[in-house]
Amino acid sequence: MLIEIVIFFLGLSIVFYVLFGGADFGAGVLEILSGKGDRETIAHAIGPVWEANHVWLVLVVVILFMAFPKVYAAMSVHLHIPLLLMLVGIVLRGTAFTYMHYDAIKDETNDIYNAVFKISSVFTPLFLGVIAGAATLGKINPEPEHFVEGFITPWLNLFSFSVGLFTVTLFTFLAAIYLIGETSQEKQRSAFTKTARNLNIAAVFIGILVFASAHFEGLTLLSMFLDSWFAILMAALATLLLPAIWWSLQHYKVILSRIFAAGQVVAILLAWFWVQYPSIINRTDGFEDLTFYNTAAPDATLTQLVWALVIGSCIILPCLFYLMRVFKGGQFTQSKTNQ
Amino acid sequence: MEDLLAARLQMAISLGFHIIFACIGMAMPFLMAIAEYKWIKTGEQVYQDLAKAWSKGVAIFFATGAVSGTVLSFELGLLWPTFMEHAGPIFGMPFSWEGTAFFVEAIALGLFLYGWDKLKPWVHWGTGLVVGISGVASGIFVVAANAWMNSPAGFDWVNGEAINIDPVAAMFNDAWASQAIHMTIAAFVATGFGVAGLHALLLLKDRNNLFHRKALKIALAIGAVAAILQPISGDYSAKDVAERQPAKLAALESHFETERGADLIIGGIPDEENREVHFAIRIPGMLSFLAHGDLNAEVIGLEEFPEDEWPPVLVTHIAFQIMVGAGFLMMFVGLLYLFFYWKKKHLLFRRWFLWLVGICTPLGFIAVEAGWTVTEVGRQPWIIYEIMKTEDALSSMPGLQYPLYLIIALYLLLTVIVSWLMYRQVITLSDRYQTANLKAETDAD
Ligand code: HDD
Ligand code: HEM
Ligand code: HEM
Repeated sequence: MLIEIVIFFLGLSIVFYVLFGGADFGAGVLEILSGKGDRETIAHAIGPVWEANHVWLVLVVVILFMAFPKVYAAMSVHLHIPLLLMLVGIVLRGTAFTYMHYDAIKDETNDIYNAVFKISSVFTPLFLGVIAGAATLGKINPEPEHFVEGFITPWLNLFSFSVGLFTVTLFTFLAAIYLIGETSQEKQRSAFTKTARNLNIAAVFIGILVFASAHFEGLTLLSMFLDSWFAILMAALATLLLPAIWWSLQHYKVILSRIFAAGQVVAILLAWFWVQYPSIINRTDGFEDLTFYNTAAPDATLTQLVWALVIGSCIILPCLFYLMRVFKGGQFTQSKTNQ
Repeated sequence: MEDLLAARLQMAISLGFHIIFACIGMAMPFLMAIAEYKWIKTGEQVYQDLAKAWSKGVAIFFATGAVSGTVLSFELGLLWPTFMEHAGPIFGMPFSWEGTAFFVEAIALGLFLYGWDKLKPWVHWGTGLVVGISGVASGIFVVAANAWMNSPAGFDWVNGEAINIDPVAAMFNDAWASQAIHMTIAAFVATGFGVAGLHALLLLKDRNNLFHRKALKIALAIGAVAAILQPISGDYSAKDVAERQPAKLAALESHFETERGADLIIGGIPDEENREVHFAIRIPGMLSFLAHGDLNAEVIGLEEFPEDEWPPVLVTHIAFQIMVGAGFLMMFVGLLYLFFYWKKKHLLFRRWFLWLVGICTPLGFIAVEAGWTVTEVGRQPWIIYEIMKTEDALSSMPGLQYPLYLIIALYLLLTVIVSWLMYRQVITLSDRYQTANLKAETDAD
């Protein structure tokens, strides 16, 4: 029971990171797709919330090393390189965004920050996806013969990068949907709407690519998928949400389209999770996969962790709600703050 | 480069970078809260301008602190996976609480920075205070984790595995209280003097600038009080170290032989080979007194430990001298300030005093870096004191110098940019108050 609560919070943190932090990254990608005109809207939408959004990732890390330390250690060793690249992206993106906003003098350096912000908005989620893909693929070999086998092969492959690409697409899709409600200009809204629709279509094709590349890399993802009724259910839900999202976009139902889009992403995450469960990291043949159960910390630790998470949530959720209400309430009448 | 050395350097650089922003994140919100409080109370525009100007700096520092902290939470595993595999379940508890503190801090910061027009003045002021309180809380939590590495508790170590884990006992280990107190005060010393020093230097150019005068007063008041408390807390830390890590105490004092009535060694260059200290000032019996509160108490020397378990004596000793030296200098300046403030107001903005404060600008941060060097290098060769050696915790990935180079390049870049941004803040900041405000000449308050 204890461990299931921890798993629930781990999943919740991942879901929130994807829904909020992910949309932040996506906004950066959107800027590339749509050009300079949206910079204001995007900066305005992310400004007050990005710092809070990215704490979800820190929480994921803390839960991992406290409750499933072997998983944290194995990932750190064998996925060192993509993790490092992702970190570089996190650093560059967070700083570039803030420096751009708080530079006392607005001149051409702003364009440099903006360029860094956009580029790192692409490759950070790309490597996040690569890491998730590598955990699933099962090429992590704890006793490698040589450097490449131990530290490169696990992640430098078609499947991991397809998952990476899929992640970038989903994040950008989320951002487009969120931003529709952040702007009051008709032209911008219809541009975001169009982008959201295109990205939704792209996600379907890249999703197919993920399955194809899994097959290519020798991972029987499709049959693992079809073996699980829950995964099928989630896939069906995600598909059903497609027309619902389109309908809500057509009619500018801002809130509804957000709920549908978030629901679709959560369904995809849950399907992935269920296909994996209870494994977190699949390793090469001959080595036992690392699961929630064979890596769990002792009960004394899990108990403390659950206390911290439960009490922490009681503190955080109301604060987060207040933050959203102050800045995200009354979207359309929003006046510019003087910062 | 050897992998172990590369990893240790990377850890040291990342932590040394992060701690600067962490100190600012802990103390600066309180400085802003004082300025905003005065604005709400007196309605003087200069105070709001001050709070806003500071808050722009804080936004830049906070973002840098947050991303470098995120790097650290991954780095613990990227560099020391074996350590984390064993230590995670034991010392993870403070980190899990720290998560909550970060959240509250980040949320409150969002409200503070972007909410000047959206929140009522007192609510806005409150969010600033919450940023500070949760910043200090997160500092205390993470220091508890570090203290556990110095003073492991809450488990039994049997055949290379931890059993009977008790995370609560681990968190409230013997080193926790002394380190948490000392670190928290250090953040206020460093930030207080850093900010006051900068405004003092700017005042040298324009002595009647009301803006900088108000800023200096607020920052130096905080810095002075903290700097006076810090040696007291440092003495408590030293006594604590003498109890739990005698090898560290011996190294930071360059004390080679166990003896009664041990001399306090000030300055000097320790020579590990011959077990002597050259060019030092010695105060008879003082070390015994400082470590154990008795001029005749026995102080354990390094000779009691096998040489391969000695911390690097030279680095630890010099770092300790730097910290204590900086500490006493700032304490002196702090006392002077408080004396002037109460008795000799007309001396507060004299050139020589502004110079003195200006010189102190980097001292607090230097002391913080030096203090952490004492703590961390003084723990070597252990990563978990007397349980696990640093070399046994290292990642098995070869070529660790490349991540090191990457991190060095990244942080150098950020250092340059942050300095440049601060410079640009400063040059645009006080134009409004530049025209010597005649009222300020007599400085009524
Ligand atoms: C503004 C910063 C500052 C100042 C003025 C001082 N210190 Fe300090 N000191 C720190 C900032 C610091 C620190 C960076 O915050 C450390 C590192 C770990 C810790 O808990 O605090 C530290 C560690 C530290 C330790 C090692 C603690 C341990 O390993 O557990 C000792 C013995 C002292 N200090 C003693 C002193 C004394 C006797 C001072 C007298 C003036 C002093 N410090 C001033
Ligand atoms: C921010 C303030 C800190 C600074 C400036 C700092 C500084 C250092 C330095 C200089 C080293 C290298 C020591 C050596 O190898 O000779 C080091 C090592 C290390 N520190 Fe800290 N430290 C800080 C806080 C912490 C905290 C809070 C933790 C953990 C919770 C921590 C964990 C480690 C680890 C795991 C190592 C590597 C192993 C080792 O060398 O012992 N440090 N740190
Ligand atoms: C003694 C050493 C440390 C102190 C006093 C300290 C304190 C702080 C403070 C006050 C912040 C708030 C951000 C800011 O104001 O810039 C912060 C951020 C952070 N720190 Fe540290 N820290 C220390 C070491 C560490 C270590 C060793 C880790 C990781 C293991 C870490 C992880 C983080 C993370 C993840 C953040 C970002 C939180 C956010 O997203 O808002 N810190 N730290």
